[in-house]
Amino acid sequence: MGEPGPSVGPPFGLLAELTHRCPLRCAYCSNPLQLVPASNELDTDQWRSVLDQARRLGVLQVHLSGGEPMARRDLPALVEHAHSLGCYVNLVTSGLSLTDGAAAELVAAGLDHVQLSIQDADTRGADAIAGARAHERKLAAAAVVRRLGLPLTVNVVLHRGNLDHVEAIVDLAERMGADRLELANTQFYGWALRNRAALLPTAAQLRAADVVVRDAVERLAGRMEISYVYSDYHERRPKPCMHGWGSRQLTVAPNGDVLPCPAASVIEGLDLENVRTRPLAEIWYESASFNAFRGTDWMREPCRSCAFREVDLGGCRCQAFLLTGDAANTDPVCQLSPHRAVVDRVLAEDVLLVPPPSVPRRMPVSRNGDAL
Amino acid sequence: MTVPDSHPEKRAFPLPDTAVPRLRRGVRLSFDPTRDSYVLLYPEGVLLPNETAAAVLGRCDGGADVATIVASLARDFDGVDAAQVSDLLRRLERRRLVEIVERPDGTVRDDG
Repeated sequence: MGEPGPSVGPPFGLLAELTHRCPLRCAYCSNPLQLVPASNELDTDQWRSVLDQARRLGVLQVHLSGGEPMARRDLPALVEHAHSLGCYVNLVTSGLSLTDGAAAELVAAGLDHVQLSIQDADTRGADAIAGARAHERKLAAAAVVRRLGLPLTVNVVLHRGNLDHVEAIVDLAERMGADRLELANTQFYGWALRNRAALLPTAAQLRAADVVVRDAVERLAGRMEISYVYSDYHERRPKPCMHGWGSRQLTVAPNGDVLPCPAASVIEGLDLENVRTRPLAEIWYESASFNAFRGTDWMREPCRSCAFREVDLGGCRCQAFLLTGDAANTDPVCQLSPHRAVVDRVLAEDVLLVPPPSVPRRMPVSRNGDAL
Repeated sequence: MTVPDSHPEKRAFPLPDTAVPRLRRGVRLSFDPTRDSYVLLYPEGVLLPNETAAAVLGRCDGGADVATIVASLARDFDGVDAAQVSDLLRRLERRRLVEIVERPDGTVRDDG
């Protein structure tokens, strides 16, 4: 640990989690359970400095995300700054504040692309998942993006409660005028892991959805691109998480913590660095946290001698930690992992006939009872 | 260039000389001083085109047709092969980075 391998190149992407504040309360949120309060967010100049440093380091794609990035009043200024540096600027949003005026300001500042989430195909179901009256405003936001001529990706997190509606969801994305549709089965981190028993789909649901998605991909080829993220618990091989630790992208959390993977704050013993105290380039190339799982030298068996080690890179370090207690273990989703039984037990036990109620995502509460 | 090989069956249909390619909405060609390379930026990621591909992409302005692009390339480079240019554009079209805006008869495509 500590020394970068000779093959470490510059990152392509920065996931800038500007804030954890969000008007939605989705139970599948991938943000950590310990959300950063507004009082501890980086300020505008600190974010500008992060963008400057990221661009110098080699970042070309900036994903402004959260939480809800539009909760930051300085969002247009940050879009303008990233654009002026030559970055491709992507806004990842719930769309609730994306009115004509707000969107026009962001486009003028240099916004390149909008990724808009929806929760379900119909208003009632979607609003129940979001914990807010959000769906109709999201449809209006999509129309705004269309009018302004920006490319639009619609993103839908799939789970037990909406997976059966995937055909109607595809139809809705088409009506919204999406260029791309991301259908992503829930990955279990943060609030999603807390609510796994309520969210985990059944194998039968996934099989049915597979057929629908395959058909839609073919039918819509050339019109709307569909990307489908599998439910990794139900797979035999792990995902190549982040295309490798510290390989292509870095995440800066609202408080300035720099993460090799958006979920990495859960890994105990991983000494996270912060942009307030160390330059971003040093963190990328030299920090213990970014070098902890780079390449394949950190691997144990069965990864170390596995023919797939360069394909899946051992899967996800955060998932290995969360499910086995040690981030250097093989992702237990892998059939070759000695811990696969942990996942199988979840699949057997969590898929109950009646899912338990989920716990809505919520911010820490201040002394006077208001959300911070 | 990291664009994957084209499907052999599609090689049989080169672009007509009068087809007009352009970068799709949301796709930008830029130069990255950090990498000393042209970069193609699009919603899902970044591609590093080689010099030849960058030269082709830089000429996809939505006005020039394939014949004009090939002629322009031939002024700046030796050994320009129209079939290879057509093949590259087809690959980029399949990756949804380039779109062909006009058909040989002058009608605008309606299938994206």
